[in-house]
Order: sequence, then structure tokens, then C-alpha cells
Amino acid sequence: MIEGVTIYEILGLSSILFFIGVYGFITRKNLISILISVELILNASVVNFVVINKYVYPDMLQGVYVSIFIIAVAAAETALAVSIIINLYRQINSVEVRDTEIMKH
Amino acid sequence: MNLNYIFLIPLIPLVVFLLLGIFNQKIKPSVSGYIGVFGLLASTVLSFYTAYQYFFISGKINGLYQTFVEKTVWMNFSDTLRIDMGVLIDPIAVMMLVVVSLISLMVHIYSMGYMKGDGGYTKFFAFLSLFTFSMYGLVLATNLFQIYMFWELVGVSSYLLIGYYYTKPSAVAAAKKAFIVTRFADLGFLIGILIIGYYTGTFDFETLNNPEGSAILNWAATSFMGLSAITWALLLVFIGGAGKSAMLPFHIWLPDAMEGPTPVSALIHAATMVVAGIYLVARLFPMFYFVEDGFALNIVAYVGAISSLFAAIIAITQTDIKRVLAFSTMSQLGYMMLALGVSGYEGHEGLGYMASMFHLFTHAMFKALLFLGAGSIIHAVHSNYLKDMGGLRKYMPITNITFLIAAIAIAGIPPFAGFWSKDEILVAAFEHNKLIYYIGVLVAGLTAFYIFRIYFGIFWGKDKDYEHAPKESPLSMTFPLMFLALMSIVVGFIPFSKFISADKSGFEAHLNMPLAAIAVGVGALGIALAWIFYKKENNLAEKFANRFGVFYTWAYHKFYFDELYLFITKKIVFKRIAAPIAWFDKKVVDASMRGVGSKTIQASEKIKGIQSGKVQDYAFSFIIGTVVLAIVFIYLWTI
Repeated sequence: MIEGVTIYEILGLSSILFFIGVYGFITRKNLISILISVELILNASVVNFVVINKYVYPDMLQGVYVSIFIIAVAAAETALAVSIIINLYRQINSVEVRDTEIMKH
Repeated sequence: MNLNYIFLIPLIPLVVFLLLGIFNQKIKPSVSGYIGVFGLLASTVLSFYTAYQYFFISGKINGLYQTFVEKTVWMNFSDTLRIDMGVLIDPIAVMMLVVVSLISLMVHIYSMGYMKGDGGYTKFFAFLSLFTFSMYGLVLATNLFQIYMFWELVGVSSYLLIGYYYTKPSAVAAAKKAFIVTRFADLGFLIGILIIGYYTGTFDFETLNNPEGSAILNWAATSFMGLSAITWALLLVFIGGAGKSAMLPFHIWLPDAMEGPTPVSALIHAATMVVAGIYLVARLFPMFYFVEDGFALNIVAYVGAISSLFAAIIAITQTDIKRVLAFSTMSQLGYMMLALGVSGYEGHEGLGYMASMFHLFTHAMFKALLFLGAGSIIHAVHSNYLKDMGGLRKYMPITNITFLIAAIAIAGIPPFAGFWSKDEILVAAFEHNKLIYYIGVLVAGLTAFYIFRIYFGIFWGKDKDYEHAPKESPLSMTFPLMFLALMSIVVGFIPFSKFISADKSGFEAHLNMPLAAIAVGVGALGIALAWIFYKKENNLAEKFANRFGVFYTWAYHKFYFDELYLFITKKIVFKRIAAPIAWFDKKVVDASMRGVGSKTIQASEKIKGIQSGKVQDYAFSFIIGTVVLAIVFIYLWTI
């Protein structure tokens, strides 16, 4: 609970964060940028968890635990994604999204 | 009686078949022949041991030959109706074991010489083993379904062996013809089996054949179109038997089956497979005899008699020696059928049954000998036709003597085997049905005539211009000839009636002197006529043929049965029935299915652009979809 700040303001913030992530995910051409956008989306959800925990159920800690859990999973996911991108780079010498279309075939 | 080892009799040929079939390319031809022969030798020894055990040691209890059955449940339909697999040992099964083993062994040995240097040597022996296995299975079957299964298996092996020279179009056509014709007849057999199963609730021979059993006593309980349903079933079963045994009108496949290698003709199309029909009727003999007072059995007798006469007449006119022998086989099979048909059941009344089995036994020996002899001749002169042969007695002394023995045996001259069995058949016919007896005597004369016609034609008369002088075949081929010749002389003296009779009790059969004299007289007359016509080359026979003119032409063309069948199948079945169905299939069934297919393809052509492979496009549609669903569920979905 932060003095003078309502839950709606913080949820608005996390929504903005989420849609920035979505926008980045759809429009970026670079795989790394897309990965960063995904991180933004995840962070938006982490903020939501923490805020709702704090404002709605102040005497519980589940939201906090889940947020830590999400951070850990996100780290693992990032490691995985980066390794895939590196392997892809070795194959096609590019990290551009449109070059990965060959994987369709 | 211990039955455990009997399973080995069919299993050994099966193992040999698998061995030779799977390692077809790896086994040297010289080895594969020996594998086949020794495998079969083991089966033969076991068969003879079984026969000895059964007939002389443990088969007879209280003056009756017992039926021993060893089986396991194979398919269980209901508490009463089920299909078993197993072996059944009774006098005719043991007798057939001996016949099949002996002839098959001789044919195996003979084939080692006859097929030497052939490209498919190993394959040939594999097929022979498959056939022998199936035939053993058929003989030992405990119920109608088991016999039906092996019945089809012998059909398949017959098909494979007729079409053995698969590069020859005529052989392929003959194989197909044999398969389709017998298969068509087997349809009747199958329906008969199902009717029997439906009304009696069992397939087991033991239960069906029990004269005091419900299957036989309750035959009158059901009726269909004036006859008992069981009688219909038996007639249908007999159609199956007639197909395999080349009775009218299903005989058309047998002459064409001569396209196969000659040892195959000797084994399958003379001695063993074609008697399966006889065996089937004999197997169900109590049913045939007791149901509806032997109505079905009468049909059997007449079909047998007519086929016998019909085939004997055709045999006189044919010029291909193997075809003469084929029609002769058909004629003798008709003899066996008619003997079964005129048989009674108890004691001496069952003479026909015993005579039929006896003739089956002796016929197997001398007909196999005739075929193997013909094979030896064909091997030497490279032709099947009588016009290419003549004066061969100087070149092929062993073949000559053995062929002569077989010819005398089939003509029914004492003391050779054919005389004894044929005489019993004629006595049985005389006692029960005079008309059939007269047909039998006429056929006996015709048989003597046609067999000596080819004998004189082949071994006497002038030499033809052979490309190189014909020479006697190797020992592997002449040994079976000599052995079977010996058999053709001695098997007639076996007191068959002691071992095999319809009611399994055995009886004393006596020679009926006047009837025997008539039969021998007619046979001798036939031989004498053949002597006059064919011993020296002259045109007597031609003159005679011209005298009979139309009739001769009809007989030469086998009474146009093939043409009739072709007409029925091509003009009526194919054109009027099959063609409209094919049209419907193509234009309606196939077309509607194709329409569905092409419409699906068109639709997918249109929408396949959506799947672009761009990750971000997918993500975009995913998000739009989520938003739309969220709007729907939150604001619009109000109940």
C-alpha cells in the first residue's frame, strides 16, 4: 500500500506496460527486441500480481510468491530463447523475424 | 491312443515351407531339394507309424475302429457353438495320411530330377511343402470350419503351383481359372457349413456324424422348399466338394490345370487334392446317408456317374496326353463319387463307401504313376502332344514298363490294383442302382480304351523325327516310377474292407465272380479295340471319328462347356450385371467422393494464405481474438 496512490493508477500503469509489450511484440523486426517485448508483458503481469496482493489481500503473500516464480520462469525462458536465437543465427546468419519464415517449410 | 506326435505330421512340412520360403535366395538349389525330401520323409514315417498303431494295435476297441480327437478351442461363439482346432484320427483319415505322404514323397523325389536346373527350384519345393501341409490339415480336420480353412489353403497352393510358370500367359490364365471356379464352388460349401452350424449348433464331425445324435435325428424338424434344411446344406457342401473334385459342372478348371509342372499334376490334380471332395462326402457320410433317407446321397451318385461317363468320352478324343490323364482323373473321381452315392451304412451294405475309399487309394497310386510317367515322357520329347510321340519303348524301357503297369491297373485287369477297387464299386452299384451300374461298366470299357490309346500312341508305332534321341530319365525320376508301379501291383491285395467301412466295424468283402468277369471282359474289349486302332499306325481311328462326325467334334471340344461358361460370364454376367454396377460405381459413388475432395481442395486453396509463417501475424490475430472474446464474454454474454 503506497500512500496517495490508488490501485487503479497502478493497474493503469501495468496495462500500459502490457500494451507496450504487445505492440513491441507485433511490430519489432528483430528477434531480440521481440524477446524484450515479451519480458515487458511478463513484467506487467508481475506488477499486477504484487499490486492486487497488496491492495486486496494485504495479509497474504501468494501474489508475491507467484511474482517471484514468474521472474524465475522468465529468466529460464529468456535463456532458452536466446540459445534458440543463437542457433538460428548460425543457420541463417540473421536475427530478423522475416528470415525465419523458412521454418514454415 | 497317444495323439501328441500327430501334430508333427503337418507341422514338419509347414516348417520346411517357411524355411525354404523365407530363405529362398540363400539356400542352394541342391540343398533345398534334400530339405524338402527329408522333411517329408519324416512326416511319411510318422504317418506310417500312425497307420500301424491305429489299424493293428490300438485303434480297434470292441470290434469298432474308434475315432480319436485331440483339440483346443479356437473361436468361441456361444456355449455350444464354437470352432476347434485339432486332429481327428479315424480309418479314412489314417488312410488319407498314408496316401498323401506316400504320393507326396514320391513326387518330391521325382521333382528333384524333373525340375533340375529350373530357376525357381527352391520356390517349387516350398510350394510343394505348403501344399502337403494344407492337405494334411484337411485330412486331420476335426470340424467343418477347420476343413474349410485347409480346403482354401490347398486351393491357394494349387493356384500357386498351376501358375508356377508365371511367364506363360496360359499358365496364369489356368491358375486363375482353377482358383475362381473352385472358389465359386466353395461359396456353396461355406453357405452349407453356416446352415449346418445354424440348425445343429455344432461343427464337429463327431457330433454331426453320430447316427443317434440330434443332428441326424432331427433332420425333419426344418424344411425349406420341400426338402429338409439339412439336406440343402449337404447339397451345398457337396457343391464345394464337386468344385474341388472336378465334378460336372465345375470340372472346367481341371484340364487347364495341366499347365502346371507335371509332378504337380501328379500330386495335386490326380492323387490328393482332387480327392478332397470325395473325402468330404465320406467324412460326412452318416449325415448324407441318414438325412432325408439319403436324398443328397442320390444326387451325389448321379453327379458322379454322369461326370464319370462324360469325362471318359472326352478323354478318348483329346490329343494332349496330360489332358487325357486329366479327364481320366475326372472320370475316376466320378467313379468314387458314384460308389459313395450307392453305398449303404451297416456292414456289407456299406460296400460302396469302402469301395470308394479303396478306389481312392489305388487310384492315387496308379494315376500318380501315369502322370509321373507322362512327365518322364514329356521330359524326354519336349512335347505334350500325342502326334510328337511314337516308338518310345526302345528308348525308355523303365517308363514303358511302369506306364504299362499303371495302364493295366486303371483298365481293371487282375491282379493289378485297379481291378480290385473297381470291382467293388461295380458290385456296390449293381446291388443298389442298375442304371448307375451300366454307366459304370461302360466307363470301365472306355477307360481301358482311352488309356491304351495313349499307351500305344506313345510307346508303339513309328518313331517320330526327334531332334535328339529321347533317353531314359535319371534315377531320381525312375525310382518313384518303379516304386509306384510296385504299389500299383500290390495294394489291390490289401483287405481294405477289414479296415475301412461306413460303420467302422469292418466286414468281409468277397469277389463277385460274374460281375468281375463282366468288368474284366469289358476292360479287355477296350484294350483290344485300342490295340486294333492304335498299335500300328493306320487310319481306322480317323475313319471311325468321321463316322461319328458331330459327336466326335463335340467331344473333342469337351462338349463346349468352356465356351458356355465364357458366354455366360462375358455376355451375361460382365455385360448385363457387372457393367452397370461398374458404371454406378464410377459415376455415382466415386464421383460424389471425388466432388467432396475437389471442393475441399478449392476451399483450402483460398484460405491457405492466412497461414503465412510470420510469427507476428499469428500473434496479432491471437491478440485480436483474445480482445474480441473478452468483449464478448464481459459485455455481450448476458444471460
